[in-house]
Amino acid sequence: MTIGIKKVARPREMSFPESLYLVEIVKGLGVTMGHMLGNIVRQEGIKTIEYPEVRRRMPPRFRGKHRLMKRENGSPRCVACYCCATACPAKCITIVAGESPDPAVEKYPVRFDIDMLRCVFCGMCVEACPCDAIRMDTGWFTPPDDTREKLIFTIDMLLEK
Amino acid sequence: MPTLTINGMAVDVPQGTTILNAAKEVGVEIPHYCYHPMLSIAGNCRMCLVEVEKFPKLQTACSTVVTDGMIVRTETEKVRKAVTGVLELMLIHHPIDCPICDQAGECGLQNYYMKFGLHKSRYALEDKVHKKKVQDIGGQIVLDAERCILCSRCVRFLDEVTGTRELHFFDRGDHSEISIFPGRPLDNNYTGNLADICPVGALTSKDFRFKCRVWFLKGFDSICTGCSKGCNVDAHFKGDILYRLKPRWNDAVNQAWMCDFGRLTYKAMNEARLLTPIVRVEGARKAAAWGSLLPQVAYRLKEAAEKGGPDRVAVIASPQSSNEELYLLRRIATKLLGTRNLAFTHRVAGDGFADDFLIQPDKNPNSRGARLLGIPFGAAFDALVAAIAGGGIDALLLVGNVVGALSEEETAALLAKVPVVVQVGTNEGPVSKAATAVLPSASVAERGGTFTNHAGRVQRFRPGFPARGKAKNPIEILVELGNRLGAGWTFDGEASVFRALAETEAPFSGMTYESIGMFGQEI
Repeated sequence: MTIGIKKVARPREMSFPESLYLVEIVKGLGVTMGHMLGNIVRQEGIKTIEYPEVRRRMPPRFRGKHRLMKRENGSPRCVACYCCATACPAKCITIVAGESPDPAVEKYPVRFDIDMLRCVFCGMCVEACPCDAIRMDTGWFTPPDDTREKLIFTIDMLLEK
Repeated sequence: MPTLTINGMAVDVPQGTTILNAAKEVGVEIPHYCYHPMLSIAGNCRMCLVEVEKFPKLQTACSTVVTDGMIVRTETEKVRKAVTGVLELMLIHHPIDCPICDQAGECGLQNYYMKFGLHKSRYALEDKVHKKKVQDIGGQIVLDAERCILCSRCVRFLDEVTGTRELHFFDRGDHSEISIFPGRPLDNNYTGNLADICPVGALTSKDFRFKCRVWFLKGFDSICTGCSKGCNVDAHFKGDILYRLKPRWNDAVNQAWMCDFGRLTYKAMNEARLLTPIVRVEGARKAAAWGSLLPQVAYRLKEAAEKGGPDRVAVIASPQSSNEELYLLRRIATKLLGTRNLAFTHRVAGDGFADDFLIQPDKNPNSRGARLLGIPFGAAFDALVAAIAGGGIDALLLVGNVVGALSEEETAALLAKVPVVVQVGTNEGPVSKAATAVLPSASVAERGGTFTNHAGRVQRFRPGFPARGKAKNPIEILVELGNRLGAGWTFDGEASVFRALAETEAPFSGMTYESIGMFGQEI
C-alpha cells in the first residue's frame, strides 16, 4: 500500500501587534472576570468546594477507605478466614488468627492490618468476605500522612470507622 | 486375572481387586470418603456408587470385588444423581463454617461439592441438628462433631492401627456422632494421623489450628529428623516458615503414618535459629562476616594442629548431619587435620522411648549413616570428651547443637577447657553459647542430602526454601573449610559429594540420587 502525502499549510507569520497578545490577554481576563461576577451574583452555581470541610456526595458504589463491621455485642464480625487476604491482588492485608474467648465465635482476628499504601481500592476484599465484615463504604479517600507506619491501618482503626 | 471394562476401557487386574482400585489403574477417579487404602473397607459413606451391568442396583466401588467380564460405568446419569444425593444428605446437617474451618482448602466436602453438588440447600438453616464444637479430645486433635460425616475412618484407624479404640459412634440417626468416652481422651502417640485421614474438618490438628490457611502452603519432600525411623514426610511451608509435617506415603518405612513427636520436630527449624556467624571476642559474642570468619577458623584449626600436633585437634560429628556432610567432615578430620580425635555425639532426647511401630529409641536421623561411614562413637566419644575435659585439646570443630546428653552448665564447663571451639550448628543451645566461633547452618528444610535410617535405608531429603538469615548449607561451609585447609575440592552441592561418597564408601557403592529416588534404597 502506498502512503498518500497531504500537504498542510504552515501557519502564517504573526504581525507585530498580534505578537504582543494584548487583545488576547484582555479577552482572557474578560472570561475570568465574567466568571467572578457571575459567582458573586449566583453563588449556588459555584463549581469548586472547600474540601475537606465541605465534601462531595460520593456515588453509592464508590470504593473508599475500608472499615470493619461489628457484631451487636461490639466484637468484630470478621472471623479471620483469610478470604480477603487471598483475593487481594496487592497483598496488602495481613491477618493473624486466634482462638476467640467466645466459643460461639471460635476464630477471630488478633491482627488485621491493611497497608493503605499498597491497596489499589479494587474492592476484591469486600467481594470475597463471607461475613460482610469488611466494607469500603466510608466515602473517604486515604488521607495523606507523614509516615508509612501511620498508613498501615490496624484492626482498631478499621473497627472505629 | 479378571478383565473388566470401566467406562469402555478394558483393564486387567489381579483377583480380589475392588472396582475402586481397578478404576485407579485406568485413571478413573471414583469419589469416596470412608475408603482408605491402609484401613479395612467399611462401605458406609456411599459416595463411590457405580453402575455395574447385570446388577439391579448401584454398587459401592470400594467394596465390590471385580469379576471377569464385569462392565462398570461411573459417569452415567444414574450414578451422578445418586452421588449428588449422597452428598446432599451429608451436607444436610453440616454447619458450613468453612470460614473458620482449618480443613477448608483440602476438604473432601468442598472438593466434591464443587464437582458433584453445586446444589442449593433444601434444608432450613434453623432445622439443622447442632452438635458439640471445639472439643479437645486429647492428643493433637480437636473434634468438631457437627462437621463429621460419620465415615468411620478415625474409628477404624484407632481400632486397626493403634489398637487403642478411643473414638466411637454414639446416638442414632441425625444425632449420631463420634466421640470419646467421658474422661477417656485419646491416649496414643499417633493421634496426629487422625487429622490427616479425616476427609472433612471434624478432626483437626491442635498444633496447626488457625496458624495458616492451607492454600498458602507449599510442600516439599523431606525426612522426619525426630528418630532413626526416617519417616517420609511432606513439609509444608509459607515464606521461610514451616507450618506442619504430614506423613508421605512409603510402604517400606512409615506406610501412611507418623508419630506425634515427629510431627512437632518442625518447630526447631523455625525457632531459636542461628542466623548470623558469631565470633567470641574477649568473652562477648559479636556478629561476624563469613568472608573473614571462615579463613580465621581454618587458620586456628591448622595452627593448633601444627603447633601441638594433630592430636591436639578434635572433631565432633553429629548424627543429625546428612551422609554427605559426615563424609566431608570425616575427610577434614582424618585427611586434612590428620587427627585421630573424631567421634559422633549421641544425643538421646527424652527417655529413649520406643514402641514396636514407628518410634525408635535412637532420636537421631542418621546414626546408622555415621557408623557406616566409619565415624567412631560410644566409647570413642566418651574418651574424646574425657580428653577435652583433661585439657588435652587445643581446638575443636563441632557439628551440631549439643554435646551428647550434657546439660548447659556441663557443656559450658567442658568447652571452657578448649581455647578454640568452632561450631557448625542450626539452633541456639548449650554449644552456641560456649563456642568461640559459630558458623550458622541451614536446617533440614533448607538443605538437601541423604539420611540412613535404622534399617539401613538411604533416603533423600530436599531443600524447601533458601537458608534463613545468613545461614549457609553445611556442605558449602565444610567444602570451603576443607579448601582453606588445602583440600582442593571442587564439590558443587550435595549431589556431587554423594557421587564421591558412593565411589569410595563400600556400603553406598552403586547408589545415585536417581536410584534412591522418592522412596529410598536399602544399603
